[in-house]
Amino acid sequence: MQFILEGLQKGFSLLVSGDAEVYSIVGLSLLVSVLATAVSVLIGVPLGGLIAIKKFPLKKLVISLVNTGMGLPPVVVGLLAMLLLSRNGPLGFLGWLYTPAGMILAQVIIATPVITGLSLSAMQSLDREFYRQMLTLGARQWQALWVCLKEVKLSILAAVIAGFGSVISEVGAVMMVGGNIRRQTRVLTTATVLETQMGNFDTAIALGLILLSLTFLINTALTFIQQQKAGAE
Amino acid sequence: MFKRTIAGLCLAALISPALAGEAKPVKNRTIMLATTTSVRDTGLLDLLIEAFREKSGYLVKAIAVGSGQAMQLGRTGEADLLWVHSPDDEKQFVADGYGKDRTTFMHNDFVVLGPASDPAGIKGEKKAAGAFAKLAASGALFISRGDRSGTHKKELKLWEAAKAKPAADKYLEAGQGMAAVVGMAGEKEAYTLADRSTYLSLEKTSSLRIVSEGDEALLNRYSLILVNAEKFPGVNTEGAKAFFDFLLSKKTKKLVENYGREKYGRQSFFYDHKAR
Repeated sequence: MQFILEGLQKGFSLLVSGDAEVYSIVGLSLLVSVLATAVSVLIGVPLGGLIAIKKFPLKKLVISLVNTGMGLPPVVVGLLAMLLLSRNGPLGFLGWLYTPAGMILAQVIIATPVITGLSLSAMQSLDREFYRQMLTLGARQWQALWVCLKEVKLSILAAVIAGFGSVISEVGAVMMVGGNIRRQTRVLTTATVLETQMGNFDTAIALGLILLSLTFLINTALTFIQQQKAGAE
Repeated sequence: MFKRTIAGLCLAALISPALAGEAKPVKNRTIMLATTTSVRDTGLLDLLIEAFREKSGYLVKAIAVGSGQAMQLGRTGEADLLWVHSPDDEKQFVADGYGKDRTTFMHNDFVVLGPASDPAGIKGEKKAAGAFAKLAASGALFISRGDRSGTHKKELKLWEAAKAKPAADKYLEAGQGMAAVVGMAGEKEAYTLADRSTYLSLEKTSSLRIVSEGDEALLNRYSLILVNAEKFPGVNTEGAKAFFDFLLSKKTKKLVENYGREKYGRQSFFYDHKAR
């Protein structure tokens, strides 16, 4: 019991004193997760919108594929990305294995289906007639899609929050693709695993606390934006 | 209502075998062993645990972690018995009163691995410290475990003995297990230090080759430590002692010495305790 309390204590003091290495780990975590979320939003939101409003054969199959993708096990994604990026793999020429770029790629694979799926169901909640009316009024397809997406922006923001949450907390894929290399690819989750394995429970608790507060801050910011928009309507 | 009953029965049928399997061993029949990944990864541990279960009925639950965490599990009274390879920390652990009867009973050895082309020109270097000095001087990339495991501690000692260290950008601390680090070194065409058993299990798929081996300084000594029951009343002293004695018996000696011969064509662990 004593060592848990001591761990919490040391955790807080580590947070306050601010160690350069801890800061670089936090910085990399943020950089990788924010960029991965941004790329996933750019792909996932329009894709989800398109799947929702378009009529095409096998639409139900595509939707269930997207929904399956929402539950992709990160370790499987990590393994796949690692094999793709390895020196003799099809993407080996990029030289991305054990780099932040590779970690972003893996996280994009994890977050894109989440954001696509949630955008898709958000758009499906919208009346299809709305989209058709826009087209008859002379809007181009992408303009109509844009207006529809704006209609459901609250749910789209929820999709962004979910996507970000799935990558910032992810450990399996970044461990495999990034390699947890000190000062290069070590992020909060992999650092927590390592400190636990080394028996440094206090540092592990500190890192866990930082991760929690970071996720809390970012989610609060996003929720504020979302709720402000809800209030404005 | 009927549907629900059926669903419930199906669920129960699915779950009960799993529960029954868990419930079998009586509380005191379970021994918690804290050990290192290198012992588990080779498969030797499973073999010994199974042999011990057949003989005594005890169920050994092995938690395979780095030597650092294994020792921590002893310091919190979580484990009954430790099987580790980090001599300096072990002595400290016993001196601090957490453990007793520390017995060094077997060893394997470390090997220096590098790309087949050997850009640092280490092949033929018999002394491990010499190999490490050449590594530092050549500017070749080196991947360290960086996790304060027994292997990492050994590596740090070798740099000390070599009185050299690679430049910061040529020295990566991976913070992962042995197999992952060997894989990373292969990808990056880098050098690394690994225990022979792990290397043997990866030899077929790895592009790395042994560039230095056989030095006395590369020996990897494993010890057993009983967790001090006076400090933690919850420790299963009886069970831990039984497994301790089993591991120091002639039967174990034979199992250890035969292990690896069938699988890799050579002995991977060497028993050096006078078995009782």
